[in-house]
Amino acid sequence: MSVKHGLLALLERGARYGYQLRAEFEQATGGTWPLNIGQVYTTLSRLERDGLVRALPESDGGQRPFEITPAGRTELSTWFTTPIRQADRPRDELAIKLSLALTTPGVDVHQVVQRQRSATMRTLQEYTRLKASADTVTDLAWRLVLDAMVFQSEAEVRWLDHCEASLARFAPIPVPSPASSAADEEHAEQKESTR
Amino acid sequence: MSILELRDVHRTHGKGDTAVHALRGVTLTVSPGELVAVMGPSGSGKSTLLNLAGGLDAPSQGDVVVEGSVLGGLNRQQLAAVRRRRVGYVFQDLNLLPSLTAAENVGLPLELDGMSLRKTRQAALVALEEVGLAHLAQRFPDEMSGGQQQRVAIARALVGDRRLVLADEPTGALDSQTGESVLKLLRARVDAGAAGVLVTHEARHAAWADRVVFLRDGLIVDTSGPLDEPEQLLTPGVGA
Repeated sequence: MSVKHGLLALLERGARYGYQLRAEFEQATGGTWPLNIGQVYTTLSRLERDGLVRALPESDGGQRPFEITPAGRTELSTWFTTPIRQADRPRDELAIKLSLALTTPGVDVHQVVQRQRSATMRTLQEYTRLKASADTVTDLAWRLVLDAMVFQSEAEVRWLDHCEASLARFAPIPVPSPASSAADEEHAEQKESTR
Repeated sequence: MSILELRDVHRTHGKGDTAVHALRGVTLTVSPGELVAVMGPSGSGKSTLLNLAGGLDAPSQGDVVVEGSVLGGLNRQQLAAVRRRRVGYVFQDLNLLPSLTAAENVGLPLELDGMSLRKTRQAALVALEEVGLAHLAQRFPDEMSGGQQQRVAIARALVGDRRLVLADEPTGALDSQTGESVLKLLRARVDAGAAGVLVTHEARHAAWADRVVFLRDGLIVDTSGPLDEPEQLLTPGVGA
């Protein structure tokens, strides 16, 4: 999700100024995505440059509200109706790490799996605690954001379980570390020379 | 004082070459107010651990201690009394008796323990109230939904003054919302001072625990506790 679309969605509710947008953005994402006011104003000026929002006259309090333009509304509608493509998401570092662990000499893949599972489990426990303390009715948006994180963490643990089961079933021959294979050769040479 | 303690517990089935080592030296302590989840693949010893903790099975070596009593040192009657009075079980298979009402099912452990019918009924209603089902006390299991039956089974595990609650995949085939309500009930009893052990293969359910113990081939290989700095979750981009 981009800050740009988040702000457009908030402006669809009516004209807002910077501080209001920041507070409402954080409320909508349950505080999981804190924004600084600088980011809000930078994004607003880009949106204004692109004709997606329009600045309104300053209020008596010296605040300058912005409103969404028809072009902004079209952009927002396109965002809501277009599914997020997998390719737009960041690459999964964990999957890459595990695949490299399998083929890198001297790496204990089981340990990589277990350490990650333990860490992900800890995160999952924390999300669950936050969820348990959220009110079902008044904090619905926040709970749904938390649920998304719970399901993502759960999927990761399931995938790690699957990796472990696959490792047990199709255990590859361990690749010796360069250090230990060099030591082995040295040891073999020594044995050879003592003969 | 801990409510449950497993001290270097081993459990071996069979002998010689065909012996199966279900548990190979497990040490675990569960204190009042603590819920411990046990995770691990099939055959890792999860259910064996739970059966030993509840006195349904005896270790080949090591001790199981429930509220100060070493189960191995008790005779059959004493052990049965511990199971009826101090330990509550929730199984995936609910084991509700179809010919008894919800209240009668819930009160059964107390009735078997010799409690008067009036007191049994009172205690059963308190337990049903705790799981939000007091209004269905007179229903028979087949007149209730799966989620309601599971809550009756939980009420039976919580009835009276049980301070050790053992649950084996208690959410069974329930949908995610109903399953969550079951875990909330378990959590509430533990928060009120009981000790709980939850065996599950679902990470989402294990996450309700204070500690998660990972079992592999009869050994505890890792434990995950709460985060040192929970606020680290709330950084920009999380969940984006």
